[in-house]
Amino acid sequence: ALKPLGKTLSKPGVRNVVLVEGVRTPFLQAGTTYADLMAHDLARGALQGLLNRTAFPKEAVDYIVYGTVIQEVKTSNVAREAALGAGFSDKTPAHTVTMACISSNQAMTTAVGLVASGQCDAVVAGGVEFMSDVPIRHSRKMRKMMLSLNRARTLGARLSLLGSLRLSHLVPELPAVSEFSTAEMMGHSADRLAAAFGISRLDQDEFALRSHVLAKKAQDEGLLTDIVDFKVPGKDIVSKDNGIRPSTMEQMSKLKPAFIKPHGTVTAANSSYLTDGASAVLIMSEEKALAMGYKPKAYLRDFVYVSQDPKDQLLLGPTYAIPKVLERSGLTLADIDAFEFHEAFAGQVLANLTAMESDWFAQNCMGRKAKVGAPPMEKFNLWGGSLSLGHPFAATGCRLVTMVAHRLKKEGGQYGLVAACAAGGQGHAMLVEACPQ
Amino acid sequence: MAGVRGLGLLSRLTVRQRYSLFTDASRRNFSVTSSLMARTHVNYEIKGDVAVIRINDPTSKVNTLSVHMQKEMTEIMDEIWANNAITSAVLISSKPGCFIAGADINMIQACKSTEEVTNLSQEGQKMFEKIEKSPKPVIAAINGSCLGGGLELAIACQYRVATKNKKTVLGTPEVLLGLLPGAGGTQRLPKMIGLPGAFDMMLTGRNIRSDKAKKMGLVHQLVDTLGPGLKSPEERTIEYLEEIAVDCARGIVNKKIPLAKEKSMMQKIQDYIMSYPFVRNQIYSTVQKKVMKQTKGLYPAPLKIIECVKAGMEQGLDAGYLAESQNFGKLAMTSESRALIGLYHGQVACKKNRFGVPKKDVKTLAILGAGLMGAGIAQVSVDKGINTILKDTTLEGLNRGQQQVYKGLNDKTKKKSITSFERDSTLSSLTGQLDYSGFQKADMVIEAVFEDIAIKHKVLREVEAVTSPECIFASNTSALPIKDIAAASTRPEKVVGMHYFSPVDKMQLLEIITTDKTSKDTTASAVAVGLKQGKIIIVVGDGPGFYTTRCLAPMLAEAVRVLQEGVDPKKLDSLTTGFGFPVGAATLADEVGIDVAAHVAEDLGKAFGSRFGGGDPELLKTMVEKGFKGRKSGKGCYLYQPGLKHKDVNPELEEILELYKMTPNPAVSSDSDVQYRLVSRFVNEAVLCLQEGILANPVEGDIGAVFGLGFPPCLGGPFRFVDTFGADKLVEKMRRFEEVYGNQFTPCSLLLDHAKDPSKKFHK
Repeated sequence: ALKPLGKTLSKPGVRNVVLVEGVRTPFLQAGTTYADLMAHDLARGALQGLLNRTAFPKEAVDYIVYGTVIQEVKTSNVAREAALGAGFSDKTPAHTVTMACISSNQAMTTAVGLVASGQCDAVVAGGVEFMSDVPIRHSRKMRKMMLSLNRARTLGARLSLLGSLRLSHLVPELPAVSEFSTAEMMGHSADRLAAAFGISRLDQDEFALRSHVLAKKAQDEGLLTDIVDFKVPGKDIVSKDNGIRPSTMEQMSKLKPAFIKPHGTVTAANSSYLTDGASAVLIMSEEKALAMGYKPKAYLRDFVYVSQDPKDQLLLGPTYAIPKVLERSGLTLADIDAFEFHEAFAGQVLANLTAMESDWFAQNCMGRKAKVGAPPMEKFNLWGGSLSLGHPFAATGCRLVTMVAHRLKKEGGQYGLVAACAAGGQGHAMLVEACPQ
Repeated sequence: MAGVRGLGLLSRLTVRQRYSLFTDASRRNFSVTSSLMARTHVNYEIKGDVAVIRINDPTSKVNTLSVHMQKEMTEIMDEIWANNAITSAVLISSKPGCFIAGADINMIQACKSTEEVTNLSQEGQKMFEKIEKSPKPVIAAINGSCLGGGLELAIACQYRVATKNKKTVLGTPEVLLGLLPGAGGTQRLPKMIGLPGAFDMMLTGRNIRSDKAKKMGLVHQLVDTLGPGLKSPEERTIEYLEEIAVDCARGIVNKKIPLAKEKSMMQKIQDYIMSYPFVRNQIYSTVQKKVMKQTKGLYPAPLKIIECVKAGMEQGLDAGYLAESQNFGKLAMTSESRALIGLYHGQVACKKNRFGVPKKDVKTLAILGAGLMGAGIAQVSVDKGINTILKDTTLEGLNRGQQQVYKGLNDKTKKKSITSFERDSTLSSLTGQLDYSGFQKADMVIEAVFEDIAIKHKVLREVEAVTSPECIFASNTSALPIKDIAAASTRPEKVVGMHYFSPVDKMQLLEIITTDKTSKDTTASAVAVGLKQGKIIIVVGDGPGFYTTRCLAPMLAEAVRVLQEGVDPKKLDSLTTGFGFPVGAATLADEVGIDVAAHVAEDLGKAFGSRFGGGDPELLKTMVEKGFKGRKSGKGCYLYQPGLKHKDVNPELEEILELYKMTPNPAVSSDSDVQYRLVSRFVNEAVLCLQEGILANPVEGDIGAVFGLGFPPCLGGPFRFVDTFGADKLVEKMRRFEEVYGNQFTPCSLLLDHAKDPSKKFHK
């Protein structure tokens, strides 16, 4: 029995912004089939896939916003390069945004802003992450020497510069894996967060297993319809995510802690893994979409960004964001039909759920009168999540929004809620409302 | 007073707020028969097969090993050993920020004889030995300070888990109180971390952070601190530490965690080398020599520590324990230990604001003058999160000052005590500027401009024109009377003196000067700011030279006379350091600046007349004329060459000295006489300051002299020195000097009172 529809969240005087379509490349573990590509190749795949699936006239795309976290230095505005490569019109401007794991959320909300303010009617948003290859730099000393070498006029000057070369110049610099502000690795922070909320290893392993089991089920039932095939030059056509691997509790319990040794609880099995992938969505004003004959999937409604202490509350974004976004739209947690949370670490998801259930936390850390409550598990990440599907940092946001829209349609729900945490102690939440069928 | 540098041992007598203290107020009587009562200090809970022993002294912010606590602990251990259901125990404190901060100092001070203290030590040794030999493993779960007796207890346990908290520090600070680790510490530490490490810990008394302690092998496992969850971070962190420690206890019982650690190759090599008695003897003698060089034999504790370690290593544990307990007893009765403990108490007292809570918190501080002092004050202010405006009149001056602040913080980054990110965010509260913009928001302005009354008046008027009426004006002057500066003020109740010592980030003392008109709230505010900056504070009355400069001036005048009498600077230095001053008088003059010394000598000479005479002030003036201004100009009493640590006597000084040569009187020129001539003038002036009410009490006098001027810490300050040495004996010496030199050595009336009545003491 379907529950009666609630009020619509549309606001007087504000254009309705809709998600027309959302697609993604299959998400693959880093270092697998995509290994020899570049970030913009995957981005092209997603963008082209979006065009193909929607048969959208290229000239009608007003703007493109794309997210990425670890930047390939050759394509620092990967949005533009990928759009050109994907056959978009060279008359469509494109820019790249970055906000750690909520980069494509930022791309989407930028698009929402452009449409809602009447600047644009059709905007493509998305994000890409390519972890199979990351920019590894020469050391600062070496870079300095090479740059001076460029400027050295005489052979003598060049030789004397080369003479200053030391072995230490050759030590490469890897992209930072830890927070710049606190120098703490995210997994380490997640482990401390889990401990702060008393989340046991067993709970974390169980949640990770749930994610994999649900993802496998969704995959087998063909629910992951946002995937577009990707042809890897010289290799096969990829059409499935490759990180979904339901294991057993026994096997998972054998793993040693990955960050805090020897007593930590975060392991490789209950964390999201390094992933390659790209996603893209088409966001339009409702009237234009309808006028062009499209059947939009969902309205993109209120959204918020939050930020908090990057040391002890690095991954608590959802806890802070959800009460705010619910308040903005006048809904309660019970009104929500489908939840899609980003799963960075099982411990992090469970810590957020525990925090949301805690009056102490609401009162002492958030300055609220009472807790907002935690989502019921029967509405929560039912088709798997980042732990199992994979987490290409800047591509995850669009995956979440598209998935919640698909779930609302499939489950007959009205409101969906997306939430995610990000490095830097930031967070995001967005309300999605199903379009009338 | 521009600079007293490098106060060696003294600088280590630092931030030990948490070290073992009962104030009288907190020492309530619990003489009630405790067998009938629930335990108050130590309790335990049985979690399955593990006993969790929780320490929590209800009468204090910190846990100390008092008689009461030891008694309860012994009872509990006996119960645990007798209970077959218990296989292991975890020892943990319920106080955030403190495991056990040490033994109860008052317990030691209450002892009347060597034997009594030796007994205390032996009881401690026995109790800890029982824990060490416990058939059921005992795990120390350490969060917060684990010092002195607390550390000795922890290292008697089989396993140690510590939090990665910055407040979690391990150390044996006994030496700083003139004592030694008297509950087995001198015996266990060398075996646990090796001779060099153990000597380093016990002889410096320094605090070791938990990550370093892990590397040294002092703790086995580290536990992260947690943020807020379902409880406060502090509460949850202790809980988490307990959970991990309980797991460790079970792991040890199940043999999953081995107690014998796999030794590294380096350690094996070190152990092998140390197995030769020849090598060990070499170490003892090297350490002994180093100690003698640094302490001039004035501090008995370090030597006794070496003796105890040696006894244990060479003659076995029984001999070691015996040496430890007996030496502990002996040390507790020494005047040096009493002096150091007195300083410790004084320091705690001078870290409190006796003027109450100021009405308004100083959130924005403006500093005028980005010189050495101004920038130093800025550094210690931004370091504690105070929004600070640093104003100078020239871009060059400002640049130099900002660079100094940056360098001060960056040095901390290099030492890894803060991250580069913390450095940058700390620096974000500093604003450098050339004008008075934003001064309307300042809650306090500290001027550190040139020492000239006209300039001080000019900036005071400028500041009062742009600041709010509530804004406090503080002058960082070393000698100009504050009331003279305040004469130009329209709100003299808001004017106060804040005399910092250079280098500001190293020197702990702040001398605050109040005039008759300074309001109590203004004083309270100045003290609050100083405390926030981490200073030890004395509050003194107004007058030429206040307290510190005024005490130092006659001593320096005497030093000049000694030079004129043909004692060369090196000899003068060795006489003063030999008395216990960390810096010799000639070096001190160079550090302060000969020009500053000349300036002060002239000013104070005018104010106090012939009592401040002695050396010829013209000598200093001639030196200044020749450009011998001390370290800053490269030449003073000594030659200073960049990069060279060793310094030679300035050869040109001899020519000047020749001009001002005086004939020494052999009756008052023995080494010892010279020392007492220098010291008695210092001490007499200090006592006079108390007599005149410049000083509020002898405690602040002692603290100011030791922490600001480097008065020998082993003597505990001028007032403690009079008490210990005997006012009558000092007066007798002064009378002898008086005969030769006149009124510079006339004892003040308060000193005479004490000399007449030996029952009169400055310190009870």
